[in-house]
Amino acid sequence: MNATVLSSTTAPAARPARRCRWCDTLDAWLPKLVVAPTFVCSLVFVYGYILWTAVLSLTPSRLLPNYEFAGLAQYEALFDNERWWQALSNLAVFGGGFIVICLAVGLLLAVLLDQKIRAEGFIRSIYLYPMALSFIVTGTAWKWILNPEFGIEKLVHDWGFTNFTFDWLIDPEWSIYTVIVAAVWQSSGFVMALFLAGLRGIDDSIIKAAQVDGASMPTIYRRIIIPSLRPVFFSSFMILAHIAVKSFDLVMALTNGGPGFSSDLPATFMYSFAFTRNQIGLGAASAMMMLMIVVAVVVPFMYSEMRRSRHG
Amino acid sequence: MKTLTKTLHAALLSTSLLAAAGAQAADVEVLHWWTAGGEARSVAELKKMLEAKGHKWKDFAVAGGGGENAMTVLKSRVVSGNPPTAAQIKGPSIQEWGAEGVLANMNDVAKAGNWDGLLPPVVVNVMKYKGNYVAVPVNVHRVNWMWANPEVFKKAGVAIPKTWDEFPAAAEKLQKAGFIPVAHGGQPWQDFTVFESVVMGVGGPAFYKKALVDLDQASLKGPTMIKALETLQMVRKYIDKDAANRDWNLATAMVINGKAAMQFMGDWAKGEFSAAGKKPGKDYVCLPAPGTANAFTFNIDSLVMFTQKSADAKKGQQDLATAVMSPEFQEVFNLNKGSIPARQGMDLAKFDDCAKQSAADFTASAKSGGLVPSIAHQMAVPAATAGAIQDVVTQFFNSHTMTPKAAADKLALAAKVR
Repeated sequence: MNATVLSSTTAPAARPARRCRWCDTLDAWLPKLVVAPTFVCSLVFVYGYILWTAVLSLTPSRLLPNYEFAGLAQYEALFDNERWWQALSNLAVFGGGFIVICLAVGLLLAVLLDQKIRAEGFIRSIYLYPMALSFIVTGTAWKWILNPEFGIEKLVHDWGFTNFTFDWLIDPEWSIYTVIVAAVWQSSGFVMALFLAGLRGIDDSIIKAAQVDGASMPTIYRRIIIPSLRPVFFSSFMILAHIAVKSFDLVMALTNGGPGFSSDLPATFMYSFAFTRNQIGLGAASAMMMLMIVVAVVVPFMYSEMRRSRHG
Repeated sequence: MKTLTKTLHAALLSTSLLAAAGAQAADVEVLHWWTAGGEARSVAELKKMLEAKGHKWKDFAVAGGGGENAMTVLKSRVVSGNPPTAAQIKGPSIQEWGAEGVLANMNDVAKAGNWDGLLPPVVVNVMKYKGNYVAVPVNVHRVNWMWANPEVFKKAGVAIPKTWDEFPAAAEKLQKAGFIPVAHGGQPWQDFTVFESVVMGVGGPAFYKKALVDLDQASLKGPTMIKALETLQMVRKYIDKDAANRDWNLATAMVINGKAAMQFMGDWAKGEFSAAGKKPGKDYVCLPAPGTANAFTFNIDSLVMFTQKSADAKKGQQDLATAVMSPEFQEVFNLNKGSIPARQGMDLAKFDDCAKQSAADFTASAKSGGLVPSIAHQMAVPAATAGAIQDVVTQFFNSHTMTPKAAADKLALAAKVR
C-alpha cells in the first residue's frame, strides 16, 4: 500500500506540473465539450424555434413573418375553421385506433413468437421488415391495394363474391380508417420487437412457480407476464403517439387528405395553411396546438409512470 | 489558450473572405418549377437568350406540388435578404409580395418594350403593383376547355353537349353505351376547376366575376350559385367510382384511350394528346366547356422581379424581362407548353388549331368582357380565400349528404377569409 502511494506521489513529479493540471481539467470537461455542440444546437433549433413558432402564432402574419401583436386572433380563426375540427377528430380516431391496434397486434405477435418455434429469427425479420420502408412507399402501396377498381375489392370480385364492397379509400366517412390500416401494418412489427425483448427479460422462476401452483398458460400470461411488461407498454405508447401526431407523409401518399379533406390530419393542415395559403400565423397556431396535444397526452402519462417506478 | 484564440480568429477571417469573394459575380437566378419535358426545354431557351447577352444563368428549379415547394424556398430566401432575380409567381400573390416591399420597378423596361400596348388591360392589372410593373407574363392558359373523344360520341350516337341543359341526356346515353361520360381526377384543385367551369356555364361571365372575383355575398348565397352547385352534383353522377386522388394526366389518358368521353381541364391537357400522337380535330376535339363559348378563364404564369442590390444584377434583371416579352421566347415557350403567348399581335402559324382558337377567343373576350381570371388556379382572389373556397367545393363534391343550399352558405362564409 505504501509503495503504491509513493509511486503515485513520485510519478507526477516526473512530468512538468503545468501540463498535468491541464490534463485533469480536460478529462473533467471533455464529456461536456463533446456534448455541448449538440446541446446548443438542440436548444436553439428545437426549443428556440418552438418559441419562435409560439410568437408567430400570436401575430397576424400571412405571407411573411410580421411581428405585430394580434393576441389570440389566430387561435380563434383556427377553431372557427371546419377543416381544423375535422383534422382534430381524425387525429383522435387515427391516434387512438393506431396505438391500440398496434399494441394489441404487437403483443399478440410477440407472445406467439415467444413460444420457442423454429425459424423464429426468420419470421421475426419478416414482421419487422415493414418498418424499413418509408411511409411514402407504404402509403403508395396501400393506395393501390385498397383501390376498389384494381385492389382488394376487385380481387374478391374475381373470386366470385360480386357483392363485396371495400371502398373505404374513396368514402369520406371511412378514409381515415385506411390510414390506420397502413400505419398499423408499418409499425406493429416494431412494437412486436419491443415486446419480444420485454418478454425475454422476464424471470423464468416466476413462471415456473406459477405453473407449480397449477395456473394455466393463459392465466399466467394475463396475470403475470403482461403486467410485468408495463415499461414496454409505456415506451411503445410514447413512440407510437409521436408517430401518430407527426403523420404527414403517410396521409399525403395514401389519400392526399381526401376525398375532399376527410382524412386530413393536423400535420397536413398545418403544412397546407402555412406554406401554400399564405397564412403563416394560422399555421403556427395549428402547430402550437399540435404541441399542446402531445404535451397534454404524454406528460401526465410520463408523470404517472415515473411516480410509479419511484414507488415500485 | 492564446494559440487557440489565434487560430479561431484566423479561421473566422478566412471564411468571411471566402464569403465576400463568392458574392461578387451577379448571376441571373430564376426560381421556377418548369421541370417537365417541354417546360424544361423552354427554360433552356431563356437561358440561351440571356447568356447571349453576356449574363450568367443560374437555374433554380424546385419541383413538386405545383409550386408549393418553390414558394416555401422563396420565402426563406426573401426573409434572409437574398432574393433571387425573379421567381415564378402568379395572380394576387404578386400583390401580396408587393405589399411586403421586396419587388423591383420594371416601368423603364415596360415603356421601352411598349408592354401597355402589347398586353390586354386585364393582364396588365395583374402584372402591376400600385401602378408599377413588377412582373412579366410568360404565357396564357385557358382553363374552361372541354376535351372530348369524337369516336366515343359517335359510338354512343350522341352529339357533344354545348350547354349544361343538354349535358344530362348526353351523359346518360354515354353511360348506357358503356363509356365513362366524364374523366376526372378527385383532387381538390381538379374539383375546383370543374366547379368554376360549371359556374361560368350556368351563370355567365358577369355572374362569375361578381361571385368568384368580387366575392359578393348575395351572389354566393343566391339561386344562381345554388343552381350551379346542383349542376355540379349532377356531373358527379357521371364520374367513375375510382376518381379519388387520380392525377389529371391519368384522367386525360382515359379520354385518349377511348374509355371516357370528355374531360374538363385547362389547355395543358393538350400536351398529353400531342405526346400520344393524337391529332386535334380528328382524334380529339377541344371545345369551350358547356355554356362558356363567349368566356375565357385565364391562368397566366409570370416571372416576378425582386429588388436587387448591385447594378449588374439590375441589368441582368432588365435583360431577363425584355427577353421574356420578346416574340422569339414567347413563341418557343408556348409551343412547348401548350399555352398561347401573352404578347398580342404575334404570328401564330406554328401553333395548332386549338391554340389558334384559344388566341382568337382571348382577344375577342378581352373586348367583350368575357375574359376573367381563374379562381381555381390562384388568379382571382388571395391564396387564403381561394383555399377556403376550394375546401368547401371539394367537401361538397365528395359529400353524400351536403345540400347545395348548405354549400352555398358555406361558400359565402369561406369568401370572408382573408
